[in-house]
Amino acid sequence: MGVLYSVLSMAGIGLFFSVLIALANKKLHVEEDSRIGQIAECLPGANCGSCGYAGCANFAEALAGGKSQVADCSVCGASAREEIARILGIDAVTGERQVAVVFCQGGDGVVTKKAEYQGVPTCLAATLIAGGERACTYGCIGLADCVRACPFDAIHLNAQNIPEVDRKKCTGCGLCVAACPRQVIELHPLSQHVFVLCKNKDNPKTSRAICKSACIGCMICERAVNGQGFKVKDNLAQVDHAVYTKELVLPTEKCPTKCIVIVGSRDEL
Amino acid sequence: MKLIIIFISAAIVNNYVLASFLGICPFIGVSKKLGSAMSMGVATTFVMTLTAAVAWLINKYILIGLHLEYLEIVAFILVIASLVQLVEMFIKKTSRPLYDALGIFLPLITTNCAILGLALFLVMKQYGFVESIVYGFASGFGFSLALVIMAGIREELEIGDVPQPLRGASITLIIAGCLALAFMGFAGLI
Repeated sequence: MGVLYSVLSMAGIGLFFSVLIALANKKLHVEEDSRIGQIAECLPGANCGSCGYAGCANFAEALAGGKSQVADCSVCGASAREEIARILGIDAVTGERQVAVVFCQGGDGVVTKKAEYQGVPTCLAATLIAGGERACTYGCIGLADCVRACPFDAIHLNAQNIPEVDRKKCTGCGLCVAACPRQVIELHPLSQHVFVLCKNKDNPKTSRAICKSACIGCMICERAVNGQGFKVKDNLAQVDHAVYTKELVLPTEKCPTKCIVIVGSRDEL
Repeated sequence: MKLIIIFISAAIVNNYVLASFLGICPFIGVSKKLGSAMSMGVATTFVMTLTAAVAWLINKYILIGLHLEYLEIVAFILVIASLVQLVEMFIKKTSRPLYDALGIFLPLITTNCAILGLALFLVMKQYGFVESIVYGFASGFGFSLALVIMAGIREELEIGDVPQPLRGASITLIIAGCLALAFMGFAGLI
């Protein structure tokens, strides 16, 4: 008899609650877009936040709700974008892939040291005190805030403690751009290769004194291309990527401080 | 008067976390931020109060009525799991922001041993229906109290100068021990 009672009572309690939950499920059902799950599966799942949402799941919700665009995710590849576009029933908008570019070559031994820094080893902390060891107030501090910010292992310090971007791994999420207190890192389309890797706007005398790789505003590049593609402004040469021709390569050889550099593949030039 | 004594006893003197050492997992896991500690405390208190009421009814009318006391653990786990499920659905329907804020902690209440402990203690102490509900609420209140105190201390510690080997989990456990010692001071209160 005891066995019967125990089985029946447990089954009774279980049944009671299962019916209750089933009813509650009907009554309290929240309509959820079935596409959200499908989209979330296509997204990279890195939760890097470069789309502006807290994570991939929230981005998937925004996509399904039409509040965001597929191209806002800089991380997922073309195939994933097409798949998401197919789920949403829209055309894939494939923006050009962006990669981070580090605008400084003033590493250890290139730029002069103004002091010994022994504080907290982050660029942010160094900025708050006196800008770290290096004399240049525009360039890289070299304490790797960008390296720590990268969720894709795409940026590393080289031998001179200047960050180098792995253009294959970089997804253009922009976390390193935000992490750099000196704004030394910028996002540029993958197709752009010629850059003036300097941010120093000091007068030529100062910049030449503190850094071997600084742009000194000498205008040799501007003259070499007759002003087509290079312009010097505030003692700093600027590349006009709209005028993107083979001639742009010329100043890279003529630049006296070698601060005009071809980044990435040269084949396309 | 008896209800007040039950409340103080369950919330402070026999605090679930710091005197009975039940529910340590959420106590350590959800005490990093004051905000989430509070939401977790509120959710757990809610589930504990409900569990106390339903567990009392089931114990009185089914388990004792049919002489099936040996099935109490199975029955109470059924009750707790179902209640948490219901609470989760209810919160999802009524307040989406709260649901998002609680996140994974909500279903994790199911496996909080403090709640199963509550149901089992309830039977042991032979409380009446109203007393059980007060006891459940007080236990939840005590749990929230411990969680909030812990979260407050840990938030301060974030900027504190903790010696390198003690950082992270070890200092948390040391604080938990100190808190438990401090709560021992209430032992003679009732």
